Formats: sequence, C-alpha cells, structure tokens
Amino acid sequence: MGRFFVGAAQRIIRGTPLYYVWVVFLLIMIAIGIGAYVKQMRLGLIVTGMTSYVSWGLYIGNFTFLVGVAAAAVLLIIPAYLYDFGPIKDIVIIGEALAVSALLMCLMFVTADLGRPDRAWHLIPGLGILNLPRSMLGWDIVVLNGYLFLNLFIPGYILYKAYNEKPVNMKFILPFILLSIPWAVSIHTTTAFIYNGLAARPFWNASILAPRFLASAFCSGPAMIILLFQLVRYYTKFHVKNEALFKIAEMIAIAMAINLFLLGSEFFKELYSDTHHLSPLEYLYVGLQGKGRLVPWIWTAFTFNIIAFVIFLIPYTRKRFVTLNIGCVLIIIGIWIEKGMGLIIPGFIPATLGEVWEYAPTLIEVLVSIGIWSIGALTLTVILKVIIPIELGEFTRTTKMAA
Amino acid sequence: MSKEELEKSGRISELQDTRGSGPTPDEVEQKELIDRRMFFQGAAGVLATMMLGSCSWQEFFQNNFRRMTKGEIEQTVERLKAEYKQKYGKDFVVGTEGPIDATLFGYALDLQRCIGCRRCVYACVEENNQSRDPQIQYIRVLRFKDGEMDLEHSTIYYDPEEVPEKGHYYIPVQCQHCANSPCTKVCPVQATWTEPDGIVVVDYNWCIGCRYCMAACPYMGRWFNFAEPVIPADKVNVNTHYLGNRPRMRNVVEKCTFCIQRVRKGRYPACVEVCPVGARKFGNLLDPESEISRIIQTKRVFRLKSELNTQPKFYYFFSI
Ligand code: SF4
Ligand code: SF4
Repeated sequence: MGRFFVGAAQRIIRGTPLYYVWVVFLLIMIAIGIGAYVKQMRLGLIVTGMTSYVSWGLYIGNFTFLVGVAAAAVLLIIPAYLYDFGPIKDIVIIGEALAVSALLMCLMFVTADLGRPDRAWHLIPGLGILNLPRSMLGWDIVVLNGYLFLNLFIPGYILYKAYNEKPVNMKFILPFILLSIPWAVSIHTTTAFIYNGLAARPFWNASILAPRFLASAFCSGPAMIILLFQLVRYYTKFHVKNEALFKIAEMIAIAMAINLFLLGSEFFKELYSDTHHLSPLEYLYVGLQGKGRLVPWIWTAFTFNIIAFVIFLIPYTRKRFVTLNIGCVLIIIGIWIEKGMGLIIPGFIPATLGEVWEYAPTLIEVLVSIGIWSIGALTLTVILKVIIPIELGEFTRTTKMAA
Repeated sequence: MSKEELEKSGRISELQDTRGSGPTPDEVEQKELIDRRMFFQGAAGVLATMMLGSCSWQEFFQNNFRRMTKGEIEQTVERLKAEYKQKYGKDFVVGTEGPIDATLFGYALDLQRCIGCRRCVYACVEENNQSRDPQIQYIRVLRFKDGEMDLEHSTIYYDPEEVPEKGHYYIPVQCQHCANSPCTKVCPVQATWTEPDGIVVVDYNWCIGCRYCMAACPYMGRWFNFAEPVIPADKVNVNTHYLGNRPRMRNVVEKCTFCIQRVRKGRYPACVEVCPVGARKFGNLLDPESEISRIIQTKRVFRLKSELNTQPKFYYFFSI
C-alpha cells in the first residue's frame, strides 16, 4: 500500500510544463474561491444576491447541473458492462472518475449554499437528525453519498486488481455494478423531487420535471465525456476508439430529442391552459412586469441546444471532430443555463405572494463557484494522472519508479 | 419604513423590498472595504471562522430543543441569558413554557375591518425582536383593487396620506400555521416543527440554513437572517421564549410564532392587541365557545390558497 502511495504521489508531482501551468492555474482559482468563501462565512449570505424572495441561486443551480453530469456515468456503465460493448469498456472507469469529481463539486456547492455549515453535523443520523423519510433533501444526501461510494468502490476495486496484476472477480463486483445503474437514476430523480414536491412553486410542481432532468442529464454529461476522452487520448497513450465516441454522440441526439419534446409538452400545457402557472415561464422567456434578466440567457440556451441537436442528429456532422466538439460545447453551455439558473430562479418568480423580485449572482458567488469548479477539475486531473497508467499497465506493483 | 426615508431614497419599491431579504449595493460595498483584508486568508481561515468565529463550543454542540433534557435546557437558557446580557446589557427572560393542554391556537382576520394601517407590522417587529438592519417583517399587508383578489396584481408598496384608500382593500399575510405544513415536512434536520398547540416553530440553534423551508412555504411565512441581525439595545424586547422571539443569529430562518412568549402565558399576540379596528381575532380552536370558534361557525370564512391543502389555522372572514 505504501508503495502505491509513493508511486501515485510521484506520478502526480511529475508532468509536462503544460501540466504544471494547468495545476498552478487551478490552485490560484481555488485560493481565490476560498478567499471569497471566507468572506461569505464572516458576513453571512448577505454577500450573495439571494434574498428571502429568491432564496436559492447560482450555487443550487450549479449543484443541479452537476448531479446530472454525475448521473450520466450510467450511460457508459450500461453498454460497457452489460453488453460487453468493446470500445466503451476500457474507458468506463474514466467516466466514473468524472462522476466522482462531479459529485464532490455537488457536495461542495450544497455546503457553500448552507447558511450554517458549522452545523452540518446535524445531518448525520444518530448524532444529529436526518429527517427521513419526509425530507427530499435528506434523501438526496443519502443517495448522493451512496453514489459517491459506489463510484469510488467499483473503479477502485478494478484498479486495485490491475495494480496488483490480478484478474478481476466479476462475481464479486457485478452486483455493485448492477446496483449503480438504478442508483444513478435515483440521484437525479431525487434531486428533481427536491423541487418537484413543492406545491408552492408551480414552475417546479409539474410531473414532467424528473423525466426532463434525466433527459437533459444524458445530454450534458456524455458531452463532457466526449471532450474529456479526446483530451486524455491526446495527452496520454490511452486509446479510445472513434467508434465509441460516435456511439456516445448518438445517444446524446436521442436524449436531446426527448428533452426538446418534453419542453414542447410543457410549453403547450402552460400556454394553452393559460393560468397563473404560466407566469414563471413568461418571466423566463419573455420577461414579466418589465423584468427579464434571464431572457437572453434562456434564448441562448435554447439556440445552442437546437444547433447541437442538429449536429448530433446528422451522421456527417456527428462523425467530424470539429463539428462534434462544437456540438459538445454548445450542449454543455445550453444545459448548464437551462438546468442551472434557468430552472432554479423562475421557481421563485413571481414570489408566492405575487411579487416579481429578481436575482443576480454577486461577484462573491461567482468566485466561490469558480473555486469549486477548479477543485473539481483538479480532482479529476489528479485521479486521471494516477489511474490512466494503471489502466495502461504502466503502473503496477512491480513497476520500478525512477528515483 | 417612514415615508420620508422612502422618498429620500427615490426607490420606494426597492427600499421596502430589502426587508429581511438581501443587501443593498451600498451595504455590500461598505462591507467589502472592511473585509478586503480577510480575502486571502485561506483554508485555516475557513475552519477558524466556521468553528470559533461565531460561536462557543457549547453552542456548537447544542442539541435540538426537543431532544434536550430538563437540565440541558436550563443550562442552555442560562448561557443564552449571559450572551444576551453581554450583547444588549439587559437581563433577559428566556421562557421555555410548554404547550397548554387541550389548546389548539387559531387566528382569524376580519377583511371587512382591516384598514391597511400596518400597525400590526411594526408592533410585530418590536415584540419579536426582528432585525432592523437588514429589515425583517413577518407580516405583509397586501393591497388589492376592489373586485380583485389576484395576488400577482396586489402590492405591498402603497404609501397614502390616509388609509383606507378609496377603491382598495387589504389582506395582511403572515405565517398561516398550516396544519399540513410543507415547511416542516421538507426540513432535512427537523429544525422546524409544529408544537402540540399548533404553533409552527424553529429551533434557531438547530437550523442549518438550507432555506428549503422557504422554498416550500406558499405564503412567504419564513424569513432568513442574511446578516447578523441588528436590534438597537433600547428597542430590544427582553421578555422572550426559546422557540419564539429570543434574539437570532445570522444565516438562520425565523418566522411568526403567534407570539409564543405571550400566548402560552394567556396573553394575546402583539398584532391582535395593537390592531386599532379589532380586525384580528385569536383563540383556542378546541374550545367551541371561544371567539375564534364562533367566528368559524357563524361567519363566511376562507383560507388562503386552500387548493394547496396546507390547512392553515389562519382564517379570513367578513364580519357582516
Ligand atoms: S405559512 Fe408557511 S411557514 Fe407558516 S406553517 Fe404554512 S408553510 Fe409553514
Ligand atoms: S433553513 Fe433551517 S428550518 Fe428551514 S429547512 Fe433548512 S434547516 Fe430546516
């Protein structure tokens, strides 16, 4: 074990100049983020743009988006383990590394949003009180931590065997792999239910919310994975077949089609019935009572999503890396807006007694968020730096490290 | 909020709206100046701030009120009293009176009489030690045009020479003490619950500040202390209850408790007492002879957003 840590540490410390630039850049961003967070801790959430009208903002928006990214790891597990779809199998572990980083960011975003993180121990069953089965937030904490465990345990086990140059005992690990599939669905569904269950907020209180969450998660998460694999392939000897990437892109097209269909259904219901439940949607897409800070954002998201959908739908553009990558970037931004601020903020507008009170994140919120994203990116970088050599068989118990 | 202050600012709606809600840009800027030094203190700073910056070890490990033993409650109350004495230079009463047997508190508001004077709003602020900066007010008096009851067309920003205004009527809204309360259901740590006498309370020392309850409440019954609450020492009310109007800390949720510190001693809530036209009625729903029960039996009553099945114990009625 000691040998492993020494070897891993050496691999993390050594790298190309570009690697050092990247890590130092992330560390600076993290330091700034921590500085901003210290200030938030000292003065209270007053340094954020949140109010008693719009009581959740950028943090919870990012949280929601990242739960989707984490859940998307199933997309790789299903075909890879169950159908033994060759090309994907090699790379599933990297997908799970992405899931782990995304989950860490989720937990940090929730913590950043908490007014009293010093009392987070109140959430620990036994020591504190976790309000189960009633609180959806309680459930979300359970399923997120369970998912984090699974995504650490499964690749951990496989890599441990690879490191020790022993075969994987599939009988032992398969039940965990099977379990992780419904679990991935559950983290995203439970997160949707946090909002979905609130009758006070008609914008969220629609049964379509959970399915839409899943559909959009299957767009953004895999898009990130396509980009990540290309980077990994470029910078290491790790091999990923084009075929696998195109397969993932195909799945994104299907998920996006479902997402757009559900959006259309939502629009029809609200527009045709034309009740007061239309107001949040109005606020989001055209503005309400002269206020419409989110309008340009949501139309950007809408346009990006449509363009990306077309790119992924047509085999010609899907199979060209230039267009494929443009599509991925567009879809990540599009879903980030739609599922982040575009979902959270209109839930609060108009407020429950009818007022239209807008929200905009402050610099502090933006810096803290960038800090958390940087911690996530650094985590991912470090994990990949260790596990890729193991996957490649370059880093095992018997490898000699240069002194 | 006085009229002059509003006019000076030239931003009537915005100024009123900062009530217990968020920072004004000036506030933030000022605070940024003071705290620029803090900016790069790093991880040690976070830890120190979290652990020690705002609270003692006893406070850190303080249990949920409902799980405390008698002895623990006594100790906590003593500690709180000492804390408040230090902060405000006054001796506080921090009551822990339990619910009265065979009592379920209910409230009724006479829309025919309410003149929209907002005296209840201010009496509530004083009685319940709400933060003056940033401002928190539990009661919102909504003004409607005659012939309309659409919340989206109502406003709290009215400031006439004289109330009531012609062609308008008023609906004050505060926590409705729902029997089927979504706010207590969603709280991940049971920091908020319904007492046996029907009062929905918050344990300010147990709340983790996630604000899920605020998202769940359909009536804007909950307010968040976005900054350290400020109450001038000469304005602070020293007759408090643990689950009610004792001074709060920053980053926790608070709400109307029907003046638990008063009603459990047989007094009326402050808003009931102060209302100049007697529009506010309060009493025991379980007693068929109480005024509140008689009103519900004999008048035309309704409850806000009854379609949500929150079952408020707060009724609106028409006296004639
Ligand atoms: S009005 Fe709001 S805060 Fe009061 S009990 Fe009902 S849901 Fe809870
Ligand atoms: S803000 Fe406090 S009272 Fe409200 S749900 Fe969160 S922990 Fe519970």
